[in-house]
Amino acid sequence: MQDFAEAFRLAFHLVSQMDDELAAIIALSLRVSLTAVAISALIGLPLGALLATTRFRGRGGLLVLVNALMGLPPVVVGLLAYMMLSNAGPMGFLQLLYTPTAMIIAQAILITPIVTALSRQVLEDLNTEYAEQFASLSVPWATRVGALIVDARYGLLTVLLAGFGRAVAEVGAVIIVGGNIAHLTRVMTTAIALETSKGDLALALALGIVLLAIALSVNAAVMSLRLTAERTAHG
Amino acid sequence: MADRLAIDAAAGQAIARSTAGQLPLNVLGLTWKAGGKRLIDVISLQLGDGGVTVIMGPNGAGKSLLIRLLHGLLEPETGEITWNGERAGDGTRAQQAMVFQKPVLLRRSVSANIDFVLKLKGGADPTYRDELLARAGLADKARQPARAMSGGEQQRLAMVRALASKPQVLFLDEPTASLDPASVHMIETMIADVRKEGVKVVLVTHDAGQARRLAHDVVFLHRGRVAEHTPAASFFDNPSSSPARDYLAGKIVL
Ligand SMILES: Nc1ncnc2c1ncn2[C@@H]1O[C@H](COP(=O)(O)OP(=O)(O)OP(=O)(O)O)[C@@H](O)[C@H]1O
Ligand SMILES: [Mg+2]
Repeated sequence: MQDFAEAFRLAFHLVSQMDDELAAIIALSLRVSLTAVAISALIGLPLGALLATTRFRGRGGLLVLVNALMGLPPVVVGLLAYMMLSNAGPMGFLQLLYTPTAMIIAQAILITPIVTALSRQVLEDLNTEYAEQFASLSVPWATRVGALIVDARYGLLTVLLAGFGRAVAEVGAVIIVGGNIAHLTRVMTTAIALETSKGDLALALALGIVLLAIALSVNAAVMSLRLTAERTAHG
Repeated sequence: MADRLAIDAAAGQAIARSTAGQLPLNVLGLTWKAGGKRLIDVISLQLGDGGVTVIMGPNGAGKSLLIRLLHGLLEPETGEITWNGERAGDGTRAQQAMVFQKPVLLRRSVSANIDFVLKLKGGADPTYRDELLARAGLADKARQPARAMSGGEQQRLAMVRALASKPQVLFLDEPTASLDPASVHMIETMIADVRKEGVKVVLVTHDAGQARRLAHDVVFLHRGRVAEHTPAASFFDNPSSSPARDYLAGKIVL
């Protein structure tokens, strides 16, 4: 009990002082997850838009696949990324294993299906609403997709926030391809997972507090996006 | 139907603007089915260049369906629709505009709704946009989100947005259904104005007074059929079909 109280005291101290090691870990976490979100947006948004606005053979199957991939367990993604990036794998020559780049790749794989599936839903709902008006105006396909993305911006931002929330909180994928190497690939979740077992409760708790704060901020951002959307009759 | 819309919009890119007028309109043996029911039941119709054609008829008669077919948004089951010889479709639709019974406004500002159409049909034109907004009495609402406006204001915006594309044919599906008298007057003035500019207007309305004020000829639909197509001068005082007579007399027409 004494230990726990001491751990909490130390943790708050670490957070309030923004200890160097702590700051480095948080910075790497954010860099990895934000980059992964950016990549998943570059792939997932156009893919979602394509699925939302076109009809082609095999679309139904693709939808089922993308939806199923949303539930990929992070450790499985980590394992697949590991096999791809390890020396024996097809991308082994790049020597990326145990680098932040490897972690970004793994998280991008993890959340691209989420961004694709959710943005498909958001864009398809709006497309249904606009379809007849756009047909009446003979809006070309590319213009239509652009207009849908602009007009669904609040919904799409929420999708990206959901992807970020998932990425920053997962541990299974980054621990396998990153390895939790101090000052190199140690991010918040892997540090918590491993420092706890090593007995450094204070650092783990401090990181836990920060992670919680990030989760809260993401939710607050989602909420305020929804309010803004409602206020401007975007809903 | 979503399939068709997707394909149509894609094909829209390739449409060249023809300069020939779109009239006369010829409809021959037109039918349209859904759920095993013939909702448009063999319609033949000729519309000329002159004046506003008003389409009347009880709820569910097929008025909205008919103008969707004429606008090329729906594919006929059987029969033919030709605008000055050209089959209704992507090509003819490019020079037409439609205000839907439930206006679909973009989730943008009032002025951005008009800018979108102006850009699509030729190029940004802030002066013309402001002129259109003034015509709709929306000049002071230009920067507001379009969908936060009242129903009547949204309908007025939908009307001038349709004008922004400078159509040769303008379909209006009950454009004044929920408007106050001043707004009704505003829309009717716009209709009269575009009519003077040579635009063919096809207007669906339940407002007999409005039809009387604007119509050159009246098409009365009943159960997916044309009960009569009569010059306005004789329609209101002396309709030739019994459904139209009952409708004008305020009797329930089933
Ligand atoms: N896509 C559709 N699928 C099935 N039935 C439809 C479809 N569209 C319209 N209908 C039916 O066809 C009939 C005619 O519809 P339409 O919207 O043309 O009526 P309307 O004459 O415009 O009526 P109102 O005056 O109420 O607007 C209605 O009974 C309607 O339920
Ligand atoms: Mg209707």
